[in-house]
Amino acid sequence: MLNIPILRWGQPYTSLDTDDVVHFETGRTLARVSQANTGLLGRDIRLAQRARDVLTGIPVGDLINMMKKAADFYLSGSLPLGDGEQTPEDFARQQSASTGLPEHMCKANMKKNHFVLSNMDQILDALTRGLDLDILTRGYGVESRGVTVSYQVQSPVLGLVLPSNSPGVHTLWLPVIPMQVGLLLKPGPQEPWTPYRMASAFTQAGIPKEAIAIYPGGADMGAEVVRRAGRCMIFGGTATVERYKGDPRVQVHGPGFSKFVLCDDVVDKWEQYIGIIADSVFLNSGRGCINCSGVWASRHTEEIAQAIAERIGPIEPKSPEDPEASLAAFTIPGAARAIWNSIESALDEPGVTHVTAKFGHRLVEKERCGYLRPTVIHCDSPDRKLANTEYMYPFVSVVRCPQEEVLHRMGPTLVCSAITADSQLERRFIDARHIDRLNIGPIPTIKLDWLQPHEGNIVEFLFRPRAFQAAV
Amino acid sequence: MPTTQEAAQALDAHVREIIEWHFNPSTGSPFWLEKASSLGWDPRKEVNCFADLRKFPPFEDDWLRGGPVRRWLPKGLAGKPLFVFETGGTTGVPKSRLASEDFKIDYEMFSGTLPEKYFPRGANWLMLGPSGPRRLRLAVEHLCQHRGGICFTVDLDPRWVIKLIKWGMMEALEKYKAHVIDQAITALQAGHDIQCLFTTPKLLESLAEELANHGSSVREVGITGIFAGGTEFTPQYTRFAIEELLGNGVYLTPTYGNTLMGLACSEPVGPHNNYKIIYHAPQPRATIEVVSFDDPNRIVGYGETGRVRLTTLTRETCIPGFLERDEGEREPPCDLYPWDGVSGVRPFRKLAASTTVGVY
Repeated sequence: MLNIPILRWGQPYTSLDTDDVVHFETGRTLARVSQANTGLLGRDIRLAQRARDVLTGIPVGDLINMMKKAADFYLSGSLPLGDGEQTPEDFARQQSASTGLPEHMCKANMKKNHFVLSNMDQILDALTRGLDLDILTRGYGVESRGVTVSYQVQSPVLGLVLPSNSPGVHTLWLPVIPMQVGLLLKPGPQEPWTPYRMASAFTQAGIPKEAIAIYPGGADMGAEVVRRAGRCMIFGGTATVERYKGDPRVQVHGPGFSKFVLCDDVVDKWEQYIGIIADSVFLNSGRGCINCSGVWASRHTEEIAQAIAERIGPIEPKSPEDPEASLAAFTIPGAARAIWNSIESALDEPGVTHVTAKFGHRLVEKERCGYLRPTVIHCDSPDRKLANTEYMYPFVSVVRCPQEEVLHRMGPTLVCSAITADSQLERRFIDARHIDRLNIGPIPTIKLDWLQPHEGNIVEFLFRPRAFQAAV
Repeated sequence: MPTTQEAAQALDAHVREIIEWHFNPSTGSPFWLEKASSLGWDPRKEVNCFADLRKFPPFEDDWLRGGPVRRWLPKGLAGKPLFVFETGGTTGVPKSRLASEDFKIDYEMFSGTLPEKYFPRGANWLMLGPSGPRRLRLAVEHLCQHRGGICFTVDLDPRWVIKLIKWGMMEALEKYKAHVIDQAITALQAGHDIQCLFTTPKLLESLAEELANHGSSVREVGITGIFAGGTEFTPQYTRFAIEELLGNGVYLTPTYGNTLMGLACSEPVGPHNNYKIIYHAPQPRATIEVVSFDDPNRIVGYGETGRVRLTTLTRETCIPGFLERDEGEREPPCDLYPWDGVSGVRPFRKLAASTTVGVY
């Protein structure tokens, strides 16, 4: 068992209050993690500016090179973790054991993080639209076209309130250090692994330890991070999204409600798209906000639901070590049952059909965890309760809706893959402000272009463009 | 100090005296006399020791809501000046406790536990805690007066704090907290020579932070002794407060209590016991038991976790077996307090989700 301390701007601190991270199948303690009281952050936030100062003392180009080194340490190195060491194999095993995600998916996430770190120069170039990155350091400069520009940092550190159940999200904060902004991390209780391993890899690569703080703790600690950081990214459910809506300091990542829309000009050829739709629903165990949770069309919806159900309905849980395992466990006791009860209570509504029912029970309960097998629902109207819902597993509602109503009935949508060749319709999708990422054509909702922003450009979140003049 | 056995015998004798008082028609309160008539047994005959109090049905806190509050007044105390103290009350009718001198006696007893070096006689105090119809407000002022000092206070409405939290108005909450801390700093820097402080963990944190923002500290403004209370007093918080908020020369004593019971003191806390906080009730006037979650009549073993059950036994108030909204671990008697204690006090897990911790 590892003992993992709080990191107070790089300084380890062992708390009298600890939380055990346990294996979801065996109950074995994997790590004992020190828990921070909110006052620690209240004291330490006074050193936030030092995090920025030590980073601005290193040229951005050097920081980018350190990120590339960190990528290799993270993917392949044996790194210090608390009072022990962690190999890449340990990491995947531990992350799987506490989050319920199959091991091979944990390894795939490691490769994603490695890719982002290794390509940091291109990613920053894309996110800043080719800005000379030294301008971020100086605060102003002259672009190659001869125009003076200025970008003012909005906070010396970015606070992150991270989730327990979705290790894929960590790519979002990796560009922060090379932009010379410190990291103030509050890990999810069951997923301390990535923040600590990444911090260790960064330090090994030469990033000053004073630039990174990690405060494990409960909900009060999460609220304190949001309160204290000048800019914060938080992951949570709809209630969290509502709570911080309109707060310019906070970027909330909640449910995605990502969707496919099969428009009238293509819907009669629906069979062609079932493969990418099923993949979008199912891959990565449906946990991501970019996984598809809705398919909307004006006709053939029963056949579409049936075809998706035949592909993913028979899938069953397997051991997390099994390379064929494709479903993640719900590791919090009672969570799988609570979700299923919520779905089941909505199945009685007229016009709602559980299409995967014939493939057996969806809820699989084990001694210490639960699974939900892929679930396909058909709704004959957007009015049905299950028509626009999202759960943390492969769950999709196929919704019948006249094309002219789709855009104003579909609600906020993180990723929309609209399949159409109708240019007028395409224009309406492009203009729809409740769609964040837009794919036109048969593109899986889960396909990311790493050179494009996700739910807001992090550069624009951390830096404010402004007018700047200097007398010469 | 009495032995454990002597303390238990004193408690049994005290139980007999208090039961006789509250259930005797010439001295008892209308509430208990009426309750006795529906019990089907006579408490004066059948309660001979502390364990016999289990014969009473569980005390329901709803009995304390609403009037007439004089139904709680023992006839034997008629004519004394009375106070009414409230607890809860953010929404609905608060629970109330009628009092005459109990709060003074409780805090005079507590006064005896305070080290003179840090809580000097004659020192002025600041009550940085709830104002309004709270027992704590008057009790701290009495404690200060009892020790020869003058008590400064702030305006703090905890019911408003709870409402702001429930409404999610965190910005307004921060402004209100700043308003309270601003009052405290004004008092501390106005030349009143304040040396002792009552406060809560959250407010202590905010006070220390704001003083640091002014380039000062709790010690630098002259505070040497802090008496604080609340379930947020964890060992980690206490260590943090002692090591980082206060530093050398400031003494912090955690307490646990409420309007119904009074004040439980802690054994001395520090690195010697890894900042473990163990509370002991002011027996025999009140007791703390740690009971099974499933069977409130079963005391759990030492070191085991259970729900806190309070019993108050004074001439003003008889509350036999009130299940508190807290849980903790049962602790054995110690030299200073030769009766059971409780450590690790925290909100009762089944109620924690619906409990909003405000300033306490």
